Amino acid sequence: MVTGLIGRAAGRLLVPFIFIFGFYIVAHGHLSPGGGFQGGAVIATGVALVLVCYYYKECMERFIEAKDFKLIESAGLILFICTALAGLVLASSFFFNWLNASGGLFGNPVEYGVNAGDLFTAGIIPVLNFAVGIEVFGGLSVVLLYMFAGLKETTKEEDEAEPQNFAQTEELP
Amino acid sequence: MARCSVPPKLAIFLIIAVTLILLLPAFGLTFGHPLESSTDQYYIDHSQEQTGSNNVVTAIVFDFRGFDTLGEATVLFIAVLGVAMFFRRRH
Repeated sequence: MVTGLIGRAAGRLLVPFIFIFGFYIVAHGHLSPGGGFQGGAVIATGVALVLVCYYYKECMERFIEAKDFKLIESAGLILFICTALAGLVLASSFFFNWLNASGGLFGNPVEYGVNAGDLFTAGIIPVLNFAVGIEVFGGLSVVLLYMFAGLKETTKEEDEAEPQNFAQTEELP
Repeated sequence: MARCSVPPKLAIFLIIAVTLILLLPAFGLTFGHPLESSTDQYYIDHSQEQTGSNNVVTAIVFDFRGFDTLGEATVLFIAVLGVAMFFRRRH
């Protein structure tokens, strides 16, 4: 399976912008519409574009393996649960917003009323957004990689030897 | 196993018809206008000062209803586990 030159060039051009847009959606989840789930899905769309534009085996050997995506997904869920558990340890309850207005990370005091917002506010909400974003990105990428692994793989040399191999049609009975 | 005395197509038609009749405005069931909206108004009024988030939806999803989001993340994790088990390769 091979994508043509135009598809590959468009994918190579678009993938960095898709990753940046997904990261923007995750990072601004507490200020604008979006959040971890949506941004993670956008980043996984970039992974899907890489998989469609290039050879599956090429992706695996050159970039990152499927088991590393599994590690990323598990790390996201563990970060989510640990952030929530830290509220139980450091403050009163599970999911307590212990970073809010503390002066530390994401701890700037929020300005009440209608305003454009500050990125470094809202306490644990951006941390949870990042955790969910990492988890959704890793999870959807694992699903894509495992489903691509079920396809019949051909090498680049086989594709170039018989370029019309995948396009021939058979008569249906 | 007892046989159904009503034909299945008639049963489906009856279910849809009764649902549509219940949804008529003249029947008196109202949706979207809860009489008790104190919880909604509380979230709108206090989410910014209590969570520091300018986005009320994110404040509810990730702070007031954090357990719900934890469940969603777990459901996604288990779904991915199922797909990985189904499509695994034997090396």
